[in-house]
Amino acid sequence: MNWLSLNWPQVVELARDHLLLSAPAILLSVLIAVPIGRLAQQRPRIGGTLLGAASLLYAIPALPLLIIIPAIFGIPLRSPATMIIALTVYGVALLVRTAADAFGSVDPRVREAAVAVGHSPRSVLWRIDLPLAVPVLLAGVRVVAVSTVSLVTIGALIGVPSLGTLLTDGFQRGIPAEVATGIIATMALALLFDALLIAAGRALTPWTATRHERPLPQEETT
Amino acid sequence: MIEFETVSKTYPGHAAAVSDFSLVVPSHRTVVLVGSSGSGKSTLLRTVNRMVEPTSGRVLIDGEDVRERDPVALRRSIGYVLQHGGLLPHRSILDNIATVPVLNGTPKRQARTAASELLERVGLDPRLGRRYPGQLSGGQQQRVGVARALAADPNILLMDEPFGAVDPIMRRELQEELLRLQADLHKTIVFVTHDVDEAFLLGDEVVVLREGGVIAQRGTPAEILGAPADDFVRDFVGADRAEREIHITTVDGRSIAVDGTGRPVGVLAP
Repeated sequence: MNWLSLNWPQVVELARDHLLLSAPAILLSVLIAVPIGRLAQQRPRIGGTLLGAASLLYAIPALPLLIIIPAIFGIPLRSPATMIIALTVYGVALLVRTAADAFGSVDPRVREAAVAVGHSPRSVLWRIDLPLAVPVLLAGVRVVAVSTVSLVTIGALIGVPSLGTLLTDGFQRGIPAEVATGIIATMALALLFDALLIAAGRALTPWTATRHERPLPQEETT
Repeated sequence: MIEFETVSKTYPGHAAAVSDFSLVVPSHRTVVLVGSSGSGKSTLLRTVNRMVEPTSGRVLIDGEDVRERDPVALRRSIGYVLQHGGLLPHRSILDNIATVPVLNGTPKRQARTAASELLERVGLDPRLGRRYPGQLSGGQQQRVGVARALAADPNILLMDEPFGAVDPIMRRELQEELLRLQADLHKTIVFVTHDVDEAFLLGDEVVVLREGGVIAQRGTPAEILGAPADDFVRDFVGADRAEREIHITTVDGRSIAVDGTGRPVGVLAP
């Protein structure tokens, strides 16, 4: 505790860096994976290949990926952008299959009824498919969020500051309290993301919370 | 007016669902298509709003081929009630009813006010408007389905076994409600059911279908019950059923109607 009381301004700054790396990566993962998942679900023929390829991305070892990305995108190795792109690759790999499942979980009868009363294909996507996919999608995003927050620590190895810096620094200098702080702070950040996502999920899907409420006593005849 | 002109529908690898079906549904009337499963009655209904495209033949609304119409605009101009309500589970009851007006660009607040009035019109408490479909009983959901179909004030209502999934008492109430609404609104209704009693209760005209969308008989309920065209129709409408055979007997000077099983069913009006 003594170490933390002396170094907390540094921990706060690293936590902020950590946040600024993970939040954009999670957001980008969702923005990229959802359209791919939707495509895969709608076109099963190319969908299988697409899902297989996406899953394979997760098998790329982290260190080579961190070296390839600057080469491909022409950005400096030790930049936050390198980290965000790498994290997005893993996030997309994790999320694409869940996104496809999320659209698959929408009751086709609901979709057909929506078409029958006059929804255009575009309004079916925005007003029916997307909102109804949220519960399953959110479960996937929670996994991605926690995984991303944890993976950010790897950035310390290439010199991108995050709470991972506490781990590498603590190991090198033999300060167990610094390592412990790094682990606990990372986990706390992951839990924070998870709590925010659960709250967002509740706000986005008000109809699921009230499903088991008893029907209003109602006289059926007039 | 809806006209079916030699409509056929064949799904690849199956027998014809419907073949050479022709029918005129006059405006402001209720025509009921009744038949068992496989009679193609739902397929026929769905050719009207282009949820099914006929393999051959045409469907005309007021003389215009529905294929000339944009399918989305066409569907918004027709009220459609489905068996399981077909309500959107993630939208409130009011938003469900307001679906088509909102899609057509009516301001949300105005559409919701109108939806609340419709809720009362179909016999539901306006307080239900803020709930979600999952919180309503099956019968209540069907009423909401009817309200949604009426929201854009369409001339045509298509009803695909709308009361098939609710219990008999509720079904009776819903049928009465529909008759009451139709007496006010005079829509052109095409109603599909497998229930002959429902068909006779609701239909100005009833079309009995046999397998493959072939018309076995069409006419008013009285014409069909009184003179079934053949054994299929006689059997289907249960013209020989004991409860359809009403006799009059006199008990204590009053004329009592008794069915074929000897059960008294009513008293002859003086």
